[in-house]
Amino acid sequence: MNFITIDKKDWTPGVDQSRKTFRVYGPVEDENGCQIKPLAPDTQPKMDAPVTVMSAKSVLFPQTEKILTATLDESKDEHHVMKPVETDDMPRVVLGIRPYDAKAVQLVKLNFDNPDYQDPYWCASYDATTFVGLGVIHPGPCDFSTAVGSGPFSEDGLDVLMADMDDKYLAKILTEKGEKWAAACGFDTAADPKESQSLFDILRKEAEKQIQTDVATDKLADKTILDLYDAPFWEDVAFSCINCGTCTYVCPTCWCFDIQDETRHNTAVRFRNWDTCMSPLFTHHASGHNPRGTKVQRVRQRFMHKLKYFLDKYDQGIMCVGCGRCVASCPVNIDIREVCNRMNDYETTK
Amino acid sequence: MDTCIEKIRAIGADLLAEGTVEKVIGFANGSIPMATRPVALTSEKDMDKLVFNSVCGLNLANYVSKNSLSKKEGKIAVVAKGCDARNLVTHIVENQISRDQIYIIGVPCTGMVDKRKIAALFEDEITGFEEDNDTLTVSSPSKTETVKKSDVLRHNCRVCTHRNPPVYDVMAGEPVEEQTLDQPYEDVDQIAAMDPDARWAYFEKLTENCIRCYACRNACPLCYCPTCFVDESGPQWVGKGQNETDVTTFHFLRAFHCAGRCTDCGACVEACPMGINVRDFTRKLNKDALELFGWEAGLDLDKRPPLDVYSPNDPNDFIK
Repeated sequence: MNFITIDKKDWTPGVDQSRKTFRVYGPVEDENGCQIKPLAPDTQPKMDAPVTVMSAKSVLFPQTEKILTATLDESKDEHHVMKPVETDDMPRVVLGIRPYDAKAVQLVKLNFDNPDYQDPYWCASYDATTFVGLGVIHPGPCDFSTAVGSGPFSEDGLDVLMADMDDKYLAKILTEKGEKWAAACGFDTAADPKESQSLFDILRKEAEKQIQTDVATDKLADKTILDLYDAPFWEDVAFSCINCGTCTYVCPTCWCFDIQDETRHNTAVRFRNWDTCMSPLFTHHASGHNPRGTKVQRVRQRFMHKLKYFLDKYDQGIMCVGCGRCVASCPVNIDIREVCNRMNDYETTK
Repeated sequence: MDTCIEKIRAIGADLLAEGTVEKVIGFANGSIPMATRPVALTSEKDMDKLVFNSVCGLNLANYVSKNSLSKKEGKIAVVAKGCDARNLVTHIVENQISRDQIYIIGVPCTGMVDKRKIAALFEDEITGFEEDNDTLTVSSPSKTETVKKSDVLRHNCRVCTHRNPPVYDVMAGEPVEEQTLDQPYEDVDQIAAMDPDARWAYFEKLTENCIRCYACRNACPLCYCPTCFVDESGPQWVGKGQNETDVTTFHFLRAFHCAGRCTDCGACVEACPMGINVRDFTRKLNKDALELFGWEAGLDLDKRPPLDVYSPNDPNDFIK
């Protein structure tokens, strides 16, 4: 793969040049912290941003997305018939994404783009998107990405991986999409591949060393679902939970959604909204029955889905990339690392 | 403030040992810097897990309501700073729990710190947090800062006038001096002074990044409705998406539902992952309750809240 160097003096002009071809997303800071957002023409990505509160998943999977629309005007042909809205296929690039967020997209892809189902909205966005990652030099105290198959310099799901070398970026072009983005920016100063790779390796090893957290997932696959489901620790795990949706909304791999129809005058719109398994409404049946009516059932569901059901169904590891956002944002400090270890270590006495 | 913890642990251990209570609800250390987590402990051997410091920002009254407490359960001890105790009083006044179901371990409080304010002092992530009375030592990979706790208090703690629990079974320390404020509602006055367009823009901006996770609602001890109006599905009252009207409807209605009940404990703001100061809504209602009815919530077990009582000297003419 090709390596290029990007002088930081050339970065902003290059990004601006690429705006002719790409809609640019990147970290920005506002009153509510750092977020990945579409950048206004005069806004530059904050490349030294700390971990964004929300992940980059909304670039492909917005919290509220219009998917179908219909007219209710009975004088019109095909009234009340839902029609797809135009999908957004304008090429876009997400700059400064953390490597684990790109890995998360690959996990979400298993749900939205597989042999059985291809979600047209997600797939169109995915095809249009280029992910330019920035290696993490100082992983924070919540980062446990190396324990779950990602890492501060993981390339999985990225089109370009960059490393901050003070006055320049060293960039590894990983895909054709990445090449196109670099060309659109006019970044073409080749770097020696061998030397560059060894620089990457040094940075990666340094960064990985800083990730202390010991999270074991090795025994999860061999557990029986019902043993874990009936494990005695769920009440304890769930006690402090206030059952808000924070953990699921900040999670880059949580993909659950709800469909809502709304009408205004003669227009009907079908929306897809993020939903959260922490909410009782998530499983509230029309009959009034709720199979996950209690908090402890909902807390168990979140961890069982991420750490067991997903693993069993796809055999692609757990549904977690170790970004630690749920740990950082949970109002009551429920720590998925501890729960994962408890599940991994659990031996039934039966 | 940390000095109370030994007393809290000793009281908790005694209560469990003598069988006065079935469990003690308090705070334990979290897994990351500046985090604590609510815990329910049933063994006196576990008392050393309890902590009390400047990052116990949630409200433990939230863990003792009709929903979480069964009639069969024995008495429960709650470690309560001023605001937690006021919300326990509110629970009792609103018939959510009875006085004899709980044992209040009162803790005099000198305030909780604003974690965002502390985080803003650093470019990188905080990896260490130590507390010694009024001195906080905060570190990140790039630097270590010594901060005075009084300089980084949460806003609700800065304007708190009930640091000592008004109702308790036992106090874990000597009462601290209560603050007196010349202008307790300066923040509300500032918003009220804006012209209507600017005020509307202010509130639009305030909730712009709300993700509707409902952490504010769920961290609030007042929000114990079995089904919140935003979760009502037959019929559905509010849209579920990011539509601005739906988002603000949630915030407005929730605030109004807290009128005359809110103790300004700040748990809503503490819980919000986006750092939205949802107290901007409730503070105005607290101010109204104080100015119109001379009412502050959760101070008295024997007084009815202003919105569920008729009083001959009601300040409103229309009711007379």
